[in-house]
Amino acid sequence: MTSTDQQPFLSVKDLKVHFSTEDGIVKAVDGLSFDLARGKTLGIVGESGSGKSVTNLTILGLHNPDSTEVEGSITLDGQELNGASESTLEKLRGNKMAMIFQDALASLSPYHTIGRQIGETYRKHTGASKQEARVRAIEMLRRVGIPQPDRRVDDYPHQFSGGMRQRAMIAMALVCDPELLIADEPTTALDVTVQAQIMDLLKDLQQEFGTSIIFITHDLGVIADIADDVLVMYGGRCVERGPKEEVLRTPQHPYTWGLLGSMPTLDGPVDVPLTPIPGSPPSLLNPPSGCRFHPRCAFANKVDGNRCATESPVLEIVDGRGNACHLTDEQRREFLADLAASKAN
Amino acid sequence: MLRFLVRRLLGAAVTLLIISAITFMLFYAVPRDPARMACGKVCTPDTLELIRHNMGIDDPLPQQYWNWLSGIFVGRDYTGIGNCNAPCLGYSFVNHESVLGTVKDRFPTTASLALGSSVVFLIFGIGTGMLAAVKQGKALDKIASSASLVASSMQIYFVGPVALYLLVYQTHLLDQPAYTPFTENPAAWFTGLLVPWLVLALIWTANYTRMTRSQMVETLSEDYVRTARAKGLSQRTVFFRFAWRGAMGPLVTIFGIDMGVLLGGAMITEKTFSLQGLGMLAVKSVINNDLPMLLGVMIVTAAFVVLANIVVDAVYAMIDPRIRLA
Repeated sequence: MTSTDQQPFLSVKDLKVHFSTEDGIVKAVDGLSFDLARGKTLGIVGESGSGKSVTNLTILGLHNPDSTEVEGSITLDGQELNGASESTLEKLRGNKMAMIFQDALASLSPYHTIGRQIGETYRKHTGASKQEARVRAIEMLRRVGIPQPDRRVDDYPHQFSGGMRQRAMIAMALVCDPELLIADEPTTALDVTVQAQIMDLLKDLQQEFGTSIIFITHDLGVIADIADDVLVMYGGRCVERGPKEEVLRTPQHPYTWGLLGSMPTLDGPVDVPLTPIPGSPPSLLNPPSGCRFHPRCAFANKVDGNRCATESPVLEIVDGRGNACHLTDEQRREFLADLAASKAN
Repeated sequence: MLRFLVRRLLGAAVTLLIISAITFMLFYAVPRDPARMACGKVCTPDTLELIRHNMGIDDPLPQQYWNWLSGIFVGRDYTGIGNCNAPCLGYSFVNHESVLGTVKDRFPTTASLALGSSVVFLIFGIGTGMLAAVKQGKALDKIASSASLVASSMQIYFVGPVALYLLVYQTHLLDQPAYTPFTENPAAWFTGLLVPWLVLALIWTANYTRMTRSQMVETLSEDYVRTARAKGLSQRTVFFRFAWRGAMGPLVTIFGIDMGVLLGGAMITEKTFSLQGLGMLAVKSVINNDLPMLLGVMIVTAAFVVLANIVVDAVYAMIDPRIRLA
């Protein structure tokens, strides 16, 4: 037990995930590190194609081994996952670590009943009988708030509503009481009321079982709701990391400023136009030199000697807080104050 | 299920009615007189008229069609030949044999050919296709894909004689193709049909390899297959219980249609191996202007295709719970 006390529950160190394609090598994740403690929630934010989903599929070992090169280390509870055998990973998947996918309709098999899909995970990892698995599936459906679970257990996914399907998906992921739960945009396709219900459900389950959660989203509102820590990804790298309150209140990286600026607020004036980040996400086939955000960054010219284009900023984390940007702390305070002022006007 | 069956069977009856009517009309679209051919060299107008009457072709066309149709349900009286009990498909213009009897006689040959070869091409086609899908992009996949492309561009009338020459005449490895009823001698039935089965299956195997591969490749990239792996299920379980389940539907559809076609007679195969099945019967009845025989073969063949479609829809609904039978 001493070893688990010293090291975090999940630790990702200098993770690199490169795909070889016909056009060249795609550096989907390029040197990512983070830790996650037991019972905590890490929110990973970033635009589409920033490497959020790839990171988490790699943790579960669901990447295609033929075309993917994974470097670095992923340790779960002291066990190295990168390079672990398929049979080792099979025992962990769905059992110690589980995943909730974004599109529940596409992610559930249309050919099997909900009960069977929940039950087969349980049977695989516990060796339970069909009857026991069915009882367990009903119990799980009840726990995630499906009405009449003993009847709905024999339904097929297409007979469920969108919110219920996502609940069933959560039931499936939690059936073996996993210690790590990865939720890949689980609420993106749902309407706001259902979204709130699902978030509450996840929080309740986390409190009950002490599950560690990685929550992937591009919605900072969701992050504000559920996360303890936030990791902002851009172009396959982490650009800013820290406790939720600090990242949302005093963001340090211009990209995070952009993300926050492009988000509508309910308490602010309604006629303030949203400010989208100019440009589009970088090509991971041929990423920009230096800081990957510099072609879209409004502050790149404030750094001396064109360093943003030539020198890759180093992510320095002190007490779980840090950013990868060449701006000085002083500049940062000044620009952030300006931004706040312009928004208030 | 009952509603589905009733509805589809009614639809099938209408389809068959239309097909028989079209066959009937097409037969007479070419000016011809089957009686003149039956009459022989010394043919007086009286004899010709008598033959016409016996054949039942002296009536107006709608009447003739009605006679044929009602014969199926209530039987029919033929002057000079006798009474033909329901279901009556008439008698051949050429040799005056009962059409139903002839079709029944030929059908086992065609059915044996179709069933035997489909066992071969399903096993090898689906097996190779699955292997190719597992080894996607690897050498095995490339070999299987190229080989199936070559094989599917082969023709029976080429592969058939080559196979006969190599396997039968030169090496005597396999028996000369011939049909022996299964009930008479199962071993002879098997050895006699082996060469036609293999040749017919070769080309179809190629098609099924390609279809299976592409279906599997598609379903293997489905989200629900990824979910199954994320649950910790083994590659094997994921492959068969999830990916294959998804690939099955389209394959069943195509197999159903192919089976209907094969049961209607593989005429080129039958010709190549001198087997007397429905395919050869159809060709001969066209050449001989044998209307009752042609109609008989057409209606039986069409019935198989229509039936196969109904079975396919029912099976599809069993595979995919999203499909509702109505």
